[in-house]
Amino acid sequence: MNWKKIRKNKNFIAGSILTGIMLLLILAGCFYTPYNPNTMDPSAKFAGVSLKHLMGCDNFGRDIFSRVLSGSRTTLIVAAGTVLIGVVFGILIGALTGYYGGVLDEVLMRINDAVFAFPSILLALLFISLLGSGKYHVIIALGIAFVPSFARIVRSEFIRNKNMDYVKSAKLQGAGDFRIMFVHILPNTMTVLLSAIMIGFNNAVLAEAGMSFLGIGVQPPDASLGRMLSEAQSFLFSAPMYALFPGLTIILLVLGFGLLSDGLKNE
Amino acid sequence: MIRVTDLNIEFFDHERPETVVYDFDLTLHEGEIVGLVGESGSGKSMSALAIAGLLSRKDMKKRGEILFEGVNLLDCDRKTLRKFQGNEIGMIFQEPMTSLNPVKKIGWQVEEALRLHTDLSKEERKKRAIEMLQKVELHEPERVYEQYPHELSGGMRQRVMIAAAMICDPKILIADEPTTALDVTIQEQIVALLKRINQEKKTAILFISHDLSLVHQLCERVLVMKGGYVVENGSADEIFYHPKEEYTKKLIAAIPKVVRKTEKDS
Ligand SMILES: Nc1ncnc2c1ncn2[C@@H]1O[C@H](COP(=O)(O)OP(=O)(O)OP(=O)(O)O)[C@@H](O)[C@H]1O
Ligand SMILES: [Mg+2]
Repeated sequence: MNWKKIRKNKNFIAGSILTGIMLLLILAGCFYTPYNPNTMDPSAKFAGVSLKHLMGCDNFGRDIFSRVLSGSRTTLIVAAGTVLIGVVFGILIGALTGYYGGVLDEVLMRINDAVFAFPSILLALLFISLLGSGKYHVIIALGIAFVPSFARIVRSEFIRNKNMDYVKSAKLQGAGDFRIMFVHILPNTMTVLLSAIMIGFNNAVLAEAGMSFLGIGVQPPDASLGRMLSEAQSFLFSAPMYALFPGLTIILLVLGFGLLSDGLKNE
Repeated sequence: MIRVTDLNIEFFDHERPETVVYDFDLTLHEGEIVGLVGESGSGKSMSALAIAGLLSRKDMKKRGEILFEGVNLLDCDRKTLRKFQGNEIGMIFQEPMTSLNPVKKIGWQVEEALRLHTDLSKEERKKRAIEMLQKVELHEPERVYEQYPHELSGGMRQRVMIAAAMICDPKILIADEPTTALDVTIQEQIVALLKRINQEKKTAILFISHDLSLVHQLCERVLVMKGGYVVENGSADEIFYHPKEEYTKKLIAAIPKVVRKTEKDS
């Protein structure tokens, strides 16, 4: 893609700006938060929105803005780890099955279909019940649940590409199978893969929020957007701000990645 | 130099096995240009792919022998085959749109065979690649080196393909309808370029086409294929002026029509 096209691509621009701002804020939150996100201040219990507490305080008097910052970071780390596992194994499985076909393809894709048949959150639940909860287990569980969708995308791209003449010329130049798969064909799947990564990121953010909301995701003292929502639900009427801000953050994150993905698809 | 005897190709990937090439024989000597003509679906590409060792090993059965420097390419192991490919046999395809990798720079693609078969340094490879781009008569080879396939015209891409196929000086070049997708003037230029390469490097060329007049211009010997069989085999003049087979006569009769049509177009 080139700059002229990108400038016309409104989804891509809006997505980049939104995601960029969110990432910058979260990055800043790694070095500075107005308060320690876990410090309780009984005198500030349910404090309203003010200059002192930009998003108010929760039932323990913790500063919600600081917790949203550090919670988004946890959520993003979980999402990034999930997508990384999904993409790496998805590429491996998709490339091998798509390129070689045959028995290997049959076996791996049947397993893939079986895993794919479960909603990823249900599958992650299953893994968590085996592994126990906690940030890293959530990453592994969601990561495994995410592999099949990436594998499918990569596989169909490899099937589309493997019979093209440029692959034949690469063979004739003496390139081996692995070189053809990962040096010649893989870069051709990047646009499709990037768009899938953005969607995957979204699904991971939502899945993490869902799992933490159910109490099987990220564990205290780590804050995560999902956990904040879950804690806020008892105070939905007395302190609506408590649920509003983490929820809004999730929406903005998901919206940003969604726009980016749409923008990439239109390339 | 390369001798193909009794090549049969049979597909198994449909319900009924289907033979697409029967008893194909071909001898290609050093410096020779042999034409292979025939209608669409007559098995030209299949024979060519078999000779280049590009037919997959699954879903099909190949019988016969393709002898090249004492090795039967049909049943040698992959490592031996890969040494021949690129180094000794090059191929260019019909569709210059898809025969280059869309996301890689031209220079990278021309250099690939050097990267795999020699241990030249990066600078030496680049030098060789640019020389090669110059040899196939591309203007501003340095600029083309840095470009992507979509920035080039069809004729330029086909020249790049020839450069990539020829960079290791293979003894055999298979050209599968290299000019079908191009317009007439470019066609002539590519044919002239192939002829020059053949004369300079003594590269043997198997030139596939369904355009008998092009084949007549370029080749000394011609094979005519129909429905998987080689139906006629002889010197270009013989076949062009004294065809024995009805089918060949029909192919020749089809030429003036093509010429008239292209005259009208231009
Ligand atoms: N996978 C396959 N399974 C069965 N038959 C096939 C398969 N691939 C090709 N064929 C058949 O092989 C025959 C020969 O095809 P080939 O591509 O060699 O023709 P061609 O002479 O090169 O034609 P063209 O001038 O269109 O390039 C065709 O009849 C085609 O239907
Ligand atoms: Mg063909």
